[in-house]
Amino acid sequence: MSLSLEQVHRVAQLARLEISDAEAETTRTQLNAIFTLIEAMQAVDTKGIEPMAHAQDLSQRLRPDEVTETDRRGAFQAVSPEVEAGLFLVPKVIE
Amino acid sequence: MIERSLKSLAAALAGKEISSVELTQTYLDRIARLNPDINAYITVAPEKSLAQAKAADARIAAGQTTALTGIPLAQKDIFCAQGWRTTCGSKMLDNFVSPYDATVIERLNTAGAVILGKTNMDEFAMGSSNETSYFGAVKNPWDRDRVSGGSSGGSAAAVAARLAPAATATDTGGSIRQPAALCGLTGLKPTYGVVSRYGMIAYASSLDQGGPMARSAEDCALLLDAMAGFDPRDSTSLERPADDYLRDLERPLAGLRIGLPKEFFGEGCDAAVMASIEAAIAEYRKLGAETVEVSLPNMKLSVPAYYVIAPAEASSNLSRYDGVRYGYRAPEYADLNDMYAKTRAQGFGDEVKRRILIGTYVLSHGYYDAYYLQAQRIRRLIADDFRTAFKQCDVIMGPTSPTTAFKLGEKIDDPVQMYLFDIFTLGVNLAGLPGMSVPCGLVDGLPVGLQLIGDYFSEARLLNVAHRYQQATDWHLRRPAGLD
Amino acid sequence: MKQWEVVIGIETHAQLQTRSKIFSGSSTAFGAEPNVQANAVDLALPGVLPVLNRGAVECAIRFGLAVEGEVAPKSVFARKNYFYPDLPKGYQISQYELPVVVGGKLTITLGEGDAAVEKTINLTRAHLEEDAGKSLHEDFHGKSGIDLNRAGTPLLEIVTEPDMRSSAEAVAYARALHALVRWIGICDGNMQEGSFRCDANVSVRPVGQQEFGTRREIKNLNSFRFMQQAIDYEVSWQINEIEEGRAIQQATVLFDPDTGETRSMRTKEDAHDYRYFPDPDLLPLMIDRDWVARTRADMPELPTAKKQRFVADFGLSAYDATTLTASLDIAGYYEAAVAVAGKGAAKPCANWVMVDLAARLNKDGLDIASSPVSAAQLGGLVARIADNTISNNIAKKVFEALWAGEGQSADEIIEKQGLKQITDTGAIEKLIDEVLAANAAMVAEFKAGKEKAFNALVGQAMKATKGKANPQQVNELLRKKLAGA
Repeated sequence: MSLSLEQVHRVAQLARLEISDAEAETTRTQLNAIFTLIEAMQAVDTKGIEPMAHAQDLSQRLRPDEVTETDRRGAFQAVSPEVEAGLFLVPKVIE
Repeated sequence: MIERSLKSLAAALAGKEISSVELTQTYLDRIARLNPDINAYITVAPEKSLAQAKAADARIAAGQTTALTGIPLAQKDIFCAQGWRTTCGSKMLDNFVSPYDATVIERLNTAGAVILGKTNMDEFAMGSSNETSYFGAVKNPWDRDRVSGGSSGGSAAAVAARLAPAATATDTGGSIRQPAALCGLTGLKPTYGVVSRYGMIAYASSLDQGGPMARSAEDCALLLDAMAGFDPRDSTSLERPADDYLRDLERPLAGLRIGLPKEFFGEGCDAAVMASIEAAIAEYRKLGAETVEVSLPNMKLSVPAYYVIAPAEASSNLSRYDGVRYGYRAPEYADLNDMYAKTRAQGFGDEVKRRILIGTYVLSHGYYDAYYLQAQRIRRLIADDFRTAFKQCDVIMGPTSPTTAFKLGEKIDDPVQMYLFDIFTLGVNLAGLPGMSVPCGLVDGLPVGLQLIGDYFSEARLLNVAHRYQQATDWHLRRPAGLD
Repeated sequence: MKQWEVVIGIETHAQLQTRSKIFSGSSTAFGAEPNVQANAVDLALPGVLPVLNRGAVECAIRFGLAVEGEVAPKSVFARKNYFYPDLPKGYQISQYELPVVVGGKLTITLGEGDAAVEKTINLTRAHLEEDAGKSLHEDFHGKSGIDLNRAGTPLLEIVTEPDMRSSAEAVAYARALHALVRWIGICDGNMQEGSFRCDANVSVRPVGQQEFGTRREIKNLNSFRFMQQAIDYEVSWQINEIEEGRAIQQATVLFDPDTGETRSMRTKEDAHDYRYFPDPDLLPLMIDRDWVARTRADMPELPTAKKQRFVADFGLSAYDATTLTASLDIAGYYEAAVAVAGKGAAKPCANWVMVDLAARLNKDGLDIASSPVSAAQLGGLVARIADNTISNNIAKKVFEALWAGEGQSADEIIEKQGLKQITDTGAIEKLIDEVLAANAAMVAEFKAGKEKAFNALVGQAMKATKGKANPQQVNELLRKKLAGA
């Protein structure tokens, strides 16, 4: 398997990572080397084997429906890039 | 004082031989002197540390002590600590002062331990050499031209250079065991779910696990006692009664069955490293253990499976770094999407971006089944291999890493070589098992680590197996030269 | 000219009535200052983790039981990955391959009275997920403001099969679903506040064609009226496009209530690739059968069952039964009134609730839960009509008096105000004699064959009794007297 430059750009776009054409070329070479390593896995017959998503075969614990939090907006927004009137500001969202 | 064990330091504090403030100051002075070269710490805040030390001294005076009260510890910069800059080794979080405490930090604070500082690490724990840190590589105290290992390279170098008596660390694919091995330390990665992940910045959620790094198994046991325990804020935290990790330390090893996976002893490991491992196993036989050959036939597949699963989870975990609520935001951008793309391109380093791209790709439409699901199926095969092996043995042993510490810059431009360096440690994370690395020799003056892998929840047994070995040998007491 | 068939499927996001968020302990109360109800987890600070709210799961179970779907013994939370400023983690925790409720159905009624027909709408699934925050587009120097108070509010997304064939059916479904989620107490249904939001997937195809046309999704319909308008506009737009030779492109559209039109949302630079995968921070949700059974025991009687019982036990028409089961409050009120008035008075009770009470509530802008006249009071009133203590006309006076709080019960008001019906034949005859004597001219007119005059005489007699006589009795006695005179 080999990634095309176009695929590298598309994945970078999906991941919201700006990438120049020169970077894309280097990235493509590196990713292809890594995918060669990964491809070793494709030869294995895993039919009938259940995918393992978690290290432990357990079920989700549930929290009682209780409000346990108080307002800490000031502390949380002290580390924010841009805030006004309690809102996080971002470039205009266009729908 | 800096060579003393945690237990002995606790006794010295309790006996008023030294105060926590004095002990903390001793380490802060060493950090001021040695850290500029070693680069083990990203953040040190003496006034905060000393304030904690002072409070600890008051507790000691009032007789309200725990095993860790007044003991200064280095914290990997992956753990959020309220009021402390918490960077995770990334430019993205260079300016992030955490408004809350990770559960591990909270537990250690409650025990009265002192935070000495936040240690360097590979960016977002992605790396095996600590060279991906935005804050620069860490130098191995045994040879400053060499890597300290990763991703917990700062914690390892700090303890090895006596810039802290012990440290916290995390392990997603070997990030506790491998730097411990490369820096001549004892490190333990617990069973997945034993130590809370709340407040521990996520790399690959289903693999990440926090644990202790120290000079001896006994110190690790003491530290793990304080770190471990059920946490209702982490859905994957295990609801089990608290274990006493010191309980089995002295248990004799007669009758211990050591499994030696043939895949660990084939090619791919440096001969001199292998000789140290063999010698350690011979020592175990002397201590009354038996050895049995076992097999982990899918071990080789742990590299591809890991490099699909971990990047997949990481690509999603790191989506929150978007420059909106905290962290880095690009200074200039045209619109919203441009802000995202520039913020993330500038805020993340190359290795992190690489893994985000791999992860995004393997989860994307049309590739999910072939990569992600296949990797998860292989993950089960790997876990099943261990299950089978543990029917024949109590503990598995082998090398932690194929070689001793490599040179700075040697592998950083070749991701594949870097990834293959983790061949012996990845399977443990995929299976969720506990694993340790214990110093077992020196090759050309560089430490070698013996890896111990136990069945689920066998931390106390692993610590016992390591401790008895450390009573019979002195590899863990060796120290790098030139630290005074 | 081709005949077109409309195909509609609906996805509804119902905010669940829990106190705290689905994965954090923050409050879900509406209307707080921006971002004061967004904690570390909601803000997706580095290192935070989700823990599932039992209350949200309970709501999903109730819904599954109410629509007769399967409450999945095992369901899985997945991450839906996309970047948006109101989505703090860069992914939404939702359910994808294994939802908590599978299948189910909802019966809708179309038309009224004798023309009413029922239709079953099949549900595909219902799954739990978290809501996003809000982007406020008012001018902050050309920027948008992000409020994350709503981020993490539990939602149940309810998805139908493409079973609806008109905007009327779509609206009937949305109304029935809206009534149901409130009935079982899982959603307050407040559409202004966004607690109940519908997306409609609309396509058209030539009548007789098997395969579906290309659909467009109308997002965020927050009133039934807009839903009807939006679908109607969309359908005629699609038909027009096709008839003019343009193919429909799959798209997401928004409805603009000001223009009455739908418009395509700015297409994202990348086609959606949400990269769903199981959330490693959350384990599979296991719901044991005991929990389902306990929830079932705790459920109110459902509207369909109640409706059938009203028809069978109380002899109500299907239409009346439907009206009286429009909400749990109405049904509860009605049943409480019948309990006092007696089963024999079930029909007049229905009329009083649907007509008199409804009109009075409407006039004062009240809902039935805050009616000044309690169900017991209304039942007591209807009982007095049934046993001929008072006439219907007097009953209306008593009702007004109860409304005004002039007494604790109908009996008290009847007693205090002397409104008891006069049934003594002798007394009424005496009054009639007086009326006949005083209105000789009218009597003459009646005898000359003018039936109208009779009604006037009845009126005079009723006036003389201050309305307390039984009109029917007055009628009979008057006729007898006139015939004899």
